[in-house]
Amino acid sequence: MKPRGTHTAQPSGSRHIRPRCVLALARKESYQIVRDPSSLIIAFVLPPVLLFLFGWGISLDPTRIPLGLVVETPSAVTEAAAASLRGSRYFEVREAAHRAELEPLLVGGRIKGLVILSQQYPREREAGSAAVQVLVNGSEANTAELIVNYVENVLQKEMEHQAEARGLSRAGPPVAVEPRIWYNPNFESRAAILPGSIAVIMTLIGTILTALVVAREWERGTMEALLAGSISRAEFLLGKFLPYFALGLTAMMLVAGVSVGVFGVPFRGSWWVLIGVSAVFLTVALGLGLFISTATRNQFVATQAALIVGYLPSFILSGLVFEINSMPPPIRMLTYLLPPRYFVSALRTLFLAGNVWEVILQDTLILALFAVVLWTLTIRKTRLTLE
Amino acid sequence: MGMPERIRRLVIKEFLAIFRDPASRMVVIVPPLMQLLIFSFGATLEVRNAGLGLYNEDAGLLGRELAAQFRSIPVTFSRIVPCESFADVRQALDTQRVLAVVHIPQDFTRSLRAGRAPTVQILLDGRQSNAAAVAQGYCSRIVRDFALTALARRAIAGKPTPRAIPVTRVWFNENLHPLWSSVPALLGILTNLVTLLVTGLSVARERELGTFDQLLVSPLRPGEILIGKAVPALVTAYAEGGLMILIAVTLFGLPFRGSLPLLAGALFVFLLAIVGVGLWISSISSTQQQALLGAFTYMVPAVLLSGFATPVENIHPAIRWLTDINPLRYMVAISRMVFLEDPSPEVVWPFVWPLLPIAAFTLLSSAWFFRHRLD
Repeated sequence: MKPRGTHTAQPSGSRHIRPRCVLALARKESYQIVRDPSSLIIAFVLPPVLLFLFGWGISLDPTRIPLGLVVETPSAVTEAAAASLRGSRYFEVREAAHRAELEPLLVGGRIKGLVILSQQYPREREAGSAAVQVLVNGSEANTAELIVNYVENVLQKEMEHQAEARGLSRAGPPVAVEPRIWYNPNFESRAAILPGSIAVIMTLIGTILTALVVAREWERGTMEALLAGSISRAEFLLGKFLPYFALGLTAMMLVAGVSVGVFGVPFRGSWWVLIGVSAVFLTVALGLGLFISTATRNQFVATQAALIVGYLPSFILSGLVFEINSMPPPIRMLTYLLPPRYFVSALRTLFLAGNVWEVILQDTLILALFAVVLWTLTIRKTRLTLE
Repeated sequence: MGMPERIRRLVIKEFLAIFRDPASRMVVIVPPLMQLLIFSFGATLEVRNAGLGLYNEDAGLLGRELAAQFRSIPVTFSRIVPCESFADVRQALDTQRVLAVVHIPQDFTRSLRAGRAPTVQILLDGRQSNAAAVAQGYCSRIVRDFALTALARRAIAGKPTPRAIPVTRVWFNENLHPLWSSVPALLGILTNLVTLLVTGLSVARERELGTFDQLLVSPLRPGEILIGKAVPALVTAYAEGGLMILIAVTLFGLPFRGSLPLLAGALFVFLLAIVGVGLWISSISSTQQQALLGAFTYMVPAVLLSGFATPVENIHPAIRWLTDINPLRYMVAISRMVFLEDPSPEVVWPFVWPLLPIAAFTLLSSAWFFRHRLD
């Protein structure tokens, strides 16, 4: 079997690769996988469970945000505005006659925002534009802005609606704005989050699968038995890599299938391209685990390192939820060093936009570069001699 | 040897197990603090430095004026990509060079002068749905403001549309600093991580090395072993938590408006609960890989459903109950409140008390697992 492109970059110390040796090692590793069910759980149970958590747990579409509403002098006009907020699926409205009753609820986020229609509101509205006071709890800075925008949208729509209904000046604004959302016409955050979350899930799975495999051999003393046979470093690592690669790729296809089949995320690219990009990414993710394992040679430290690099960096800095462009320059630089960043971009494009070669080729090439560097380092670090 | 003495020696042994190895010592202390510095700046949903495409087909004055308006917001859109055709628009959006494209139609000036309403299109990259939503808001506001100014100086005919103008006041985080929300949340997340790093492996490792049996045949009772394993984790995570609070206030300039004893107390109970989770994971795992799996199985949902990245209210009803038993969710809320809001005891209490049964449950059940998985 010809190794995947990246492994040909070996330092001169290792001999060439004998397929029989690699296969024998791979078979041994596979037995070990089957014997300890946790690897199978990692590959086949954990990924779909995590996908559901991302799909249901992470959403930027406001739903039932608790919102306070104070109408200072109720009338038919204010009632229409209040009804539009009450009827909106974004908010769960709690009303009171005085702001003093609701303001304390902003502490602790029992209401996230407070809308006040003042005494002047009906008059101002008649004149054209009406000021609406919105108090928001800024402790969740990201949501605060979202709430103001949605309140504005709901009230604006209601005003235009009403003006049109009354035949007022053929209410058309002097300029109409027509938003068109490409790739994600329903503007669902889930459609954008799910494909990207696959990158985080696979980073996690790749790291857990391989972070301990080399360290384990050293700790259990079985490394010495392997050394008795004359295998090269590349053969050793490849024998470790192939079974997990097969496992990882299957898991990858499983979550991609669930995203499309269960969550209804569109898939506009080609499945072959998806398999190709995923294969390159898995070479990186599993390579990272193997690197940790090889560098530490100690399961305890390897596990700790895996816990630290396996999840939070890829979740926070990959562009999955947070905006990379908005990060300060040093942090933005750092994100270029994170492989999941490129996989997030490639997956989103493949799922929602299709085979956009400029994006996909660029991301894949950078990932391949990561693979070459990681594997070169890992092969260098692999010691097949006893001290 | 009395019980306090036995526990004291065991605690020393457990401390040594973590801190004797320089690699392990490094891993437990340095990365969490570095992550605080990095992640707190990374966790932002603001839109800045984005690319904007401008496709202006209108040769008239008003079209050029509107286009100029879009060039004047360099914080949000730092790169302007001029487009000459729809092919350019597609190319710019497809390749993610721009987040949005504004299309000004050919008849823009002519229609406005004639009192008809022209349509300005805003094309958005839905792959980045949140940023696109924000960009849409910015762009529509610019178009609307432009139209109103043009009306005011009588450059165009027509009547102003009714408008709802939000007058916003933000409490607690007046300038909507993303940092002010992320740092208090990361205090919970990262102390949680440290605790798991220390406790999650402690039993699994001994089991794999075979030294757990030696512990069991010693005169130590299971409860004492549990305390011996819990104390180092608690001390390490608590010390790092204190350091993080200090960093938050001095380096990041966060306000600290609530009561320090309150935060200290809540953090303590929270860490007790996490120690329980860690020991639980550790004692049901027979290998370290299983412990790693267990740690992630807890950590991923705990962070996703904590309110750190997206609001708890948006979570799908099918799994919203999970937030009720998620200790991190309470800690994130308490921490944000104490840093920014100075809450009264009645307000904090609903977030503090659930940590008590959670801590009691995780600690007691891990003790039970200790005793019953000894074989």
